[in-house]
Amino acid sequence: MSRIQQKFDELKRVGKTALIPYITAGDPEPNATIDLMHLLVQKGADMLELGVPFSDPMADGPVIQKAVERALRHNVSLDDVLEFVRVFREQDSETPIILMGYLNPIEAMGYEAFANAASSVGVDAVLTVDMPPEESQGYLQALSTHELDRIFLVSPTTPESRLKSVNEKGSGFVYYVSLKGVTGSKELDTADVANNMARLQAKLKIPIGIGFGINNGPMAFEMAKLGDAVVVGSSLVKLIEANESKGRYDIHLAIGEKMAEFRHAIDRADALKGQE
Amino acid sequence: MTIDYSKYPDEHGHFGPYGGTFAPETLMAALEQLSQEYASVKNDPDFLKELAEDLQNYVGRPTPLYYAKRWSESLGGAKIYLKREDLNHTGAHKVNNAIGQALLAKRLGKTRIIAETGAGQHGVASATVAARLGLECVVYMGADDIVRQAPNVMRMKMLGATVIAVESGSRTLKDALNEAMRDWVTNVDDTFYIIGTVAGPHPYPAMVRDFQAIIGRETKQQSLTQEGKLPDVLIACVGGGSNAIGLFYEFLGDDSVKMVGVEPGGLGLETGKHAAPLCKGSPGVLHGNRTYLMQDENGQILGTHSISAGLDYPGVGPEHAWLKDIKRVEYVSIDDEEALQGFRDLTKYEGIIPALESSHAIAYATKLAPTLSKDQVIVVNLSGRGDKDMNTIAQIEGFEV
Repeated sequence: MSRIQQKFDELKRVGKTALIPYITAGDPEPNATIDLMHLLVQKGADMLELGVPFSDPMADGPVIQKAVERALRHNVSLDDVLEFVRVFREQDSETPIILMGYLNPIEAMGYEAFANAASSVGVDAVLTVDMPPEESQGYLQALSTHELDRIFLVSPTTPESRLKSVNEKGSGFVYYVSLKGVTGSKELDTADVANNMARLQAKLKIPIGIGFGINNGPMAFEMAKLGDAVVVGSSLVKLIEANESKGRYDIHLAIGEKMAEFRHAIDRADALKGQE
Repeated sequence: MTIDYSKYPDEHGHFGPYGGTFAPETLMAALEQLSQEYASVKNDPDFLKELAEDLQNYVGRPTPLYYAKRWSESLGGAKIYLKREDLNHTGAHKVNNAIGQALLAKRLGKTRIIAETGAGQHGVASATVAARLGLECVVYMGADDIVRQAPNVMRMKMLGATVIAVESGSRTLKDALNEAMRDWVTNVDDTFYIIGTVAGPHPYPAMVRDFQAIIGRETKQQSLTQEGKLPDVLIACVGGGSNAIGLFYEFLGDDSVKMVGVEPGGLGLETGKHAAPLCKGSPGVLHGNRTYLMQDENGQILGTHSISAGLDYPGVGPEHAWLKDIKRVEYVSIDDEEALQGFRDLTKYEGIIPALESSHAIAYATKLAPTLSKDQVIVVNLSGRGDKDMNTIAQIEGFEV
């Protein structure tokens, strides 16, 4: 059983929704990442999503684009990201880690070489924004050979016919993109997410995480009522940007506070769900 | 082995290992819908009739195949003909595709169109067809390109389009494409994305090629009428590669016809400051398709340089990637200086001011023609006119506009 599946089972037993924060690896500089990962876990992260910097992040909004630019100023590569995970694992062998990024850095490394390296340093899953199930044969084969979970995105525009291939090819959890837009967009429509989640839960056999546009406690509260996991990214990354010049202490303080806001909101939603 | 080129791409948009649909999930349904709609209209007589009428009466086709006699004689070799795409309405080949896609947008009931543009020719073409059909139009353009192609920016604005300056990344065409994709992901319900070149996710590379293939179909007929034979060599510049594939496609099965795609060599291939992925790049995935890219060993896309904004792109259409691998088309490069000389030559000998993009193809013809005999025929695709480049040229030549 994969570390992600184990984590979901464990959370389900105690009636909890997973909180999955995202940061871009190497933002604002390479030395910051491993400490930030540990901080996120201390502040209530159940799993971590680590962004692999790519020069052309076409599904990301301005906040994450800038984070990627900060990381790329230090030439943070996929190799470096894997090294961060390896060092992180020296102190934390339990928190599942999901790599999120774009296909080209993985193509450049080679599917097999990447999957082998990722698995050996302790990555648990890979989510590649521009790799739909249709094109994924060799990629999936490499990931499953090395026992990495394959996370696919599902969006409000995904037709029923495509859910079938996500069901067959995805594992770990399905990432529901809660709005039409890029990461960090506003105007998340709770009613719309609820309708779509009902449709997805009827079709999908694995847990569903909700992400894109969840930037405060109240929104995390609403989403925790609907999904198995809540993914938050841009609102944390924005705090790294805002506090970059002040230094590590201020970044950690701001991230810690924001994480507490999300964790508290999700716990409150879980408590309500428990009473029902 | 004879290849049936009309069988490419396959139903999922693959040209051998290239092409495909590497798009974010939110766009997959829209791409699927577009594929189906395009498949249904491409043999629909009503659609083809409407398109043909627009191309004739609005765009001004067929464009002439002009024998550049004085220029050819100055070079002392092959006869060079120019396929005059610069004479199209809006001044370049881009409108052939914009018209086709706009008709599709109308059929799909979309009320808003978006486009990316480098030199501004595709932006102008999109703004033009949007004005004609009464559609809202937003054009994304790199901030650097807005400066160097100012006349086209003015034209787009006059035509009622909103031009959005893209400040991210390298502030050129690739970044405009990223931003247009972000817009499309956000507004996919009412928006049609008119991609201007033969790149992007399936079905764009095939669809844009088909809309541009009229260039080669006309050229073949004209060459047979005017010269009594097929051309010996076809030459076209390649950024994304739409004017090149437009000229080449009809001739791919004609083994006697040699084809050369000319990439921008910038300051020279050895300097790294160029935009020639077929000459100096390697395969990867960007903007929805697998193709040759300019990238580093970690798969990060490299900044490009070309004197011409329309060729300043780190990728290339997947069909070109495939045609390179199977050696059907030869890809070469021409640097900034050579392109400028091509620009000067054509202006001087023929009284035709070419776009800096097309000047790359012209420059290659000046190298090739003297090596061929006088009874051989070269066709150069004169993909656009040079009015838009006056600022760049004036700066280089040191005169005031």
